[in-house]
Amino acid sequence: MMHEMTGVIGEVWLDEHNELPQAEFLSLSGLSAVELRHLIECEMLLPVSHAESDSDNALPMRFSAQVLVLARVAARLRSDFDLDLNGLALTLQMLRRIQQLEAELRDLRAQGPQVQR
Amino acid sequence: MKYKDYYSTLGVDRNASAADIKKAYRKLAHKFHPDISKESQAKEKFQEIGEAYETLKDPEKRAAYDALGSDYRPGQDFRPPPEWGQAHGDSQAGFDDMDLADLFASLAGRRQRGHGHGGHYPIPGQDYEVPAEITLEQAAQGTEFEVNITVPEPGADGFMRRVPRTFKARIAKGAAEGQRLRLPGKGGKGLNGGRDGDLYLIIHLLPHALFRASGHDLYIDLPLAPWEAALGATVEVPTLHGPVHLKVTPGTRSGQKLRLAKRGLPNPHEGSGDLYAVVQIVLPAELSERERDLLQQLAKGTTFNPRSHFKEVAT
Repeated sequence: MMHEMTGVIGEVWLDEHNELPQAEFLSLSGLSAVELRHLIECEMLLPVSHAESDSDNALPMRFSAQVLVLARVAARLRSDFDLDLNGLALTLQMLRRIQQLEAELRDLRAQGPQVQR
Repeated sequence: MKYKDYYSTLGVDRNASAADIKKAYRKLAHKFHPDISKESQAKEKFQEIGEAYETLKDPEKRAAYDALGSDYRPGQDFRPPPEWGQAHGDSQAGFDDMDLADLFASLAGRRQRGHGHGGHYPIPGQDYEVPAEITLEQAAQGTEFEVNITVPEPGADGFMRRVPRTFKARIAKGAAEGQRLRLPGKGGKGLNGGRDGDLYLIIHLLPHALFRASGHDLYIDLPLAPWEAALGATVEVPTLHGPVHLKVTPGTRSGQKLRLAKRGLPNPHEGSGDLYAVVQIVLPAELSERERDLLQQLAKGTTFNPRSHFKEVAT
């Protein structure tokens, strides 16, 4: 079968400099609205801008694109292991901790002397 | 079409109960789920396990799978019996270039369209995650990365088939280890108006002979002779953009980090990272007679004790 070759595609960085509106965040992460609300309530996942619940002109919540990476993994694990809401929150907390430790390990390895081969 | 033995993939008997199948899947998922497993080939193994479970957990799909028969070896070419096509799918479908997983995905799609969900039901395309290994130089200058994936797409007969797709993704300068790029709509095709899936590139920086990256900062070992460290020197240090001269002040210690500002990887939002030269004081592999004499003179003439703090701590 022939390969379809398309043109060069622009990228969207998933980092702290990009934000996603709530609807897009839900669609891309695989989380349900109920799950997202639970994660926000237990402060495992915080929007970059809060909706004011008592305001008629409340802006929809927006989320850092950086958080999307962990949210997608948590949603996959929730689905594949039938996790409940608390399991999902705990998973996200552990993933975040692992991500921090991996970053620290990477930094320490970079800052230490080159391992002789 | 190649036969796959979903029961043996999950390690269960053909008569296993739904509970046993779920239990077997869970056990294997704990071992091979790519988000938590460090096993080699975890992604591929979990894909096989997931494919088997996706079919066997659904009574209708399991019945359709069982109706294919069991007199095949895994990997053996086979065709579903003629009555199977009439009962479960489309007797006109050509099965030769089809994957078994796609056949059952097509059945699910037809079932959703056919009944129980009020007509056509949007099914989003699958997302894919692909590692993108690039060099430090490519990260510094930006690059194009060729992506080769095989995605299921609906054929003219409505059945899904694996289609190889190749395209180039632009990686702008400033990529760092572990960063993700999202390529919207470049995953699997959505069905019935469902959105196309996305492709996620995960940046991995290949090891470099000299530099190590920490975010956008770079680190390089800077070997110094003892006399260079003690007396000071001006030494040449390589950077990603060519060598520069670095002044080493007298009394520089081993492990000290000398910062070369803005000589790291470009950071799209904050200029550039820094380059840190990590001092390592090294000795010649073999001392000449003259070097030995000079060092012996130094040893006799100095009162320096690098271990004086041992006594302070011990007392």
